[in-house]
Amino acid sequence: MAIEYQYPEYEVVRDHDRCIGCRVCERQCANCVHAFIEEKERMTADESKCVNCHRCVALCPTHALKIVKNAHTFRENANWSGQLIREVYRQADTGGVLLSSMGNPQNHPVYFDKILINASQVTNPSNDPLREPVETRVFLGKKSHRIERDGRGAILPKIMPSLQLKVPVLFSAMSYGSISYNAHEALARAAEALGICYNTGEGGLHEDLKKYGKNTIVQVASGRFGVHVDYLLSGAAIEIKMGQGAKPGIGGHLPGSKIFGDVAKTRMIPAGADAISPAPHHDIYSIEDLRQLIYVLKEATAYQKPVIVKIAAVHNIAAIASGIARSGADIIAIDGFRGGTGAAPTRIRDNVGIPIELAVASVDRRLREEGIRNEVSLLAGGSIRSSADIVKAVALGADAVYIATAALLSLGCHLCRSCHAGRCNWGIATQVPELTKRLNPELGHARLINLVNAWEHEIKEMMGGMGINSIEALRGNRLMLRGVGLTQKELDILGIRHAGE
Amino acid sequence: MREELREGNIRIPSGCAVSGIFNRKGTRFGGEAIIRSIAVLHERSNGLGGGFAAYGIYPEYKEYYALHIFYERDAAKTETERFLNRHFDIINLSKIPTRQMPEIKDEPLIWRYFVQPLPTKLAGAQLDEREYTARCVFRINAGIEGAYVFSSGKDMGVFKAVGYPEDVGRFYRLEEYRGYCFTAHGRYPTNTPGWWGGAHPFALLDYSVVHNGEISSYDTNRQAMEMFGYHCSLQTDTEVIAYMIDYLNRKVGLTFEEVAEVIAAPFWQTIEQKPEPERQRLTYLRQNFAAELITGPFSLIVGFKGGMMAINDRLKLRSMVTAEKGDFFYAASEECAIRAVEPALDGVYAPKGGEPVIMTLENGE
Amino acid sequence: MKRIYVREEWCLGCHLCEYYCALADRGGKDMARQLKGIKIKPRIRIEEGKEVCFAVSCRHCTEPLCVKSCLTGAIKKEGAGVVTVDREKCVSCYTCILVCPYGALSPAERGTVQKCELCAEKPGGPACVGHCPNGAIVYEE
Repeated sequence: MAIEYQYPEYEVVRDHDRCIGCRVCERQCANCVHAFIEEKERMTADESKCVNCHRCVALCPTHALKIVKNAHTFRENANWSGQLIREVYRQADTGGVLLSSMGNPQNHPVYFDKILINASQVTNPSNDPLREPVETRVFLGKKSHRIERDGRGAILPKIMPSLQLKVPVLFSAMSYGSISYNAHEALARAAEALGICYNTGEGGLHEDLKKYGKNTIVQVASGRFGVHVDYLLSGAAIEIKMGQGAKPGIGGHLPGSKIFGDVAKTRMIPAGADAISPAPHHDIYSIEDLRQLIYVLKEATAYQKPVIVKIAAVHNIAAIASGIARSGADIIAIDGFRGGTGAAPTRIRDNVGIPIELAVASVDRRLREEGIRNEVSLLAGGSIRSSADIVKAVALGADAVYIATAALLSLGCHLCRSCHAGRCNWGIATQVPELTKRLNPELGHARLINLVNAWEHEIKEMMGGMGINSIEALRGNRLMLRGVGLTQKELDILGIRHAGE
Repeated sequence: MREELREGNIRIPSGCAVSGIFNRKGTRFGGEAIIRSIAVLHERSNGLGGGFAAYGIYPEYKEYYALHIFYERDAAKTETERFLNRHFDIINLSKIPTRQMPEIKDEPLIWRYFVQPLPTKLAGAQLDEREYTARCVFRINAGIEGAYVFSSGKDMGVFKAVGYPEDVGRFYRLEEYRGYCFTAHGRYPTNTPGWWGGAHPFALLDYSVVHNGEISSYDTNRQAMEMFGYHCSLQTDTEVIAYMIDYLNRKVGLTFEEVAEVIAAPFWQTIEQKPEPERQRLTYLRQNFAAELITGPFSLIVGFKGGMMAINDRLKLRSMVTAEKGDFFYAASEECAIRAVEPALDGVYAPKGGEPVIMTLENGE
Repeated sequence: MKRIYVREEWCLGCHLCEYYCALADRGGKDMARQLKGIKIKPRIRIEEGKEVCFAVSCRHCTEPLCVKSCLTGAIKKEGAGVVTVDREKCVSCYTCILVCPYGALSPAERGTVQKCELCAEKPGGPACVGHCPNGAIVYEE
């Protein structure tokens, strides 16, 4: 190529007074940004390769490094941003579809940030979670109000397939293949310790992780990788993945370069073959087909496991969810347009779908209006970033939330959004052995446990402040929310009032 | 009063006083006792609402639904009576007797109807008689401007108004009624001059609720009840609690003990200490009736046909005591309200949080 | 006795243990000030092959060859405990360096020999353990 159009996006700033030449940056950068000039005994950097993942910054023992946005700039243009110009250059260079990873970074409104939470004053007391129980346990699955009694009038408790969670949080689907074995092990062990669930994603379940089955959701996606009856029976619930918030309407593609050894074995495909998940399930072209798959899975597992149907939040989400609720699903997972991914076409990630806040509120309302809210539980995902987001999502009608990006952040991810390159310096989104070993599940699972425990404390504090001592009484409790800076239409969809009202 | 500030348009939290007297033999006694009792709790109300529910007061009409209705204007009355005539046989109708007194102002027209569902209509609706009547009540309250049915049970009635409860009792000549059970309420809303319909008790069919508290689960409970066809027109805690009790007892078929285990469910840590199969039963109830749990402070006295239940929230964030003397059972916000009626009690008991005290007639009536 | 163990499985070969060891030896907190421009002589070293790497330091053997071989009695092992070097007694004959099968002893910056003594005087335990970014060096019974 004669002309290089891609200028470095970042600048590696090295304080040479502090740099002692230990070369940890060089050793730890899988992108080969750093190098040591022997004759000068001095470090240097090739910034064109930097993805700003901070591995070097985090490990530099003398804090000699920082990565800054390159000050080099195109002529200012409010319409043609530098990002757009670079993308045109890239596509003119390659002729390819732009790829991105993790969630939508565009400046769309984040409704969670425009919603505020209530607290008790005077007329009712707040609860102190340090003194009184504030309960966060939830059951996911159908609820039945049909009481059956024995001859003496005692209630016969019907055992319905359900998931029990100590906190209303689950680790969302990320496949083995898209993330490393060590990442999976960390998630599985943390889920077990926390009394919650993680989700295998569509890559099957590694033999060694079967022992965490009680805390595992096994996913059945359009590629059906790794799906067999033992797999279905090993989990606590089965999730049919119809869509993903980061890339509604399209499938997935794990390149053959990541598919070898245990990844190939677990997916049940030949090593080196690309794993292509079709955009639709080719046995589901309509809602009645979904019903068949739900009952196929239930039949295969003797009606013991709840079935989750995961869909991306799209325009007609309320009607779609209503259809799913009537199709035998026990749980509906809705993934908002900010949800993460290991790889998605940039234009789809950034432009398709709707925000989870609006989706969950409208689905909850629709299901109640149709009198079928007890038929299903609702899971909200797609950028749940903090305990406050969880409280808001639950008050907007979710029974629990899926988190994935936050979980990866606690494992070291720095949101450099380069997962698709497969050279994750943090050992998460990669299958390269010398990189995957960087994520020690012993440390990783402890950090996940810390994160969820910390959020649980915060959820309890917020609930206690509202005088709500059980999470069931928060679900759909929109009176506990107020909007700020929202239009009447937005407030109506969310079902909340404006602050001050 | 400004229309937009009354119940139904906004949500008004309130503190309160409650009291109830029940004779387990079914012996009927006069309404002056309950007035004496609630009068002692004067300081717990602020003159913005008071009321009573009385059971066993219409023995001569006990086969018929007694509808007590507020009308704000004559047109509402005309329209309502047209509606009633289309759906019910009206056996008797009259103004509810009141006593003019300076403490009670702005009274609406207050009418009482003894009715029986029209057999043809009832058969056509394919509903049981109580459901049919309840739906008609909802239709009047939601559909006819200026009409409000505030009592719709058999052999029972609610009497309520804006004012202090002892004045409300005298206004309605409560001492002239005789029943086996009376409950009373004095209201302390935090804002706005209350509306007559917003006073307690809140009643649907034979169920009546007097309540002190402010529940934090309101919107969750409301949404659950609206899904089951209840229309929460008043936006008050008491209204939604009454609907939940009606739903859980009448429609789902839970006993009052089980209703208590749903609305004031034991904490998980308590459930886990229970032996099987009790643990499984309680888990089953919590799992399936999650949206019917009430959180936040409350003390409730629920009146129903042949019985009365007193219950606190599960943390006991509101006061309530119960007591007994002979055939009489008492429950009130404070012991003094009971002593005012019966100084020499056999026993006084403060129920634990979430622990229901349920009394029913001994002859099973 | 608590010893330093290395989990090869998690060793990244980042060499940070060496630098924190050197810093612990010199004292002070600011690594940039203490180690700038010097060639470090750590008591723990990373051994690297093509696909494996791991840190090596003294194992405080039950029957230490270094103690047996020491001409002056400078290297001692107290009971089942730490193998230490008395620098006053060491004459830098390096016999110990020759006999140690692990290469755990090395010439010190200030003459004499040095070896890992488990940061005995340091609160918070061995510096290499606390600063390993991947939990590959552990200090356990």
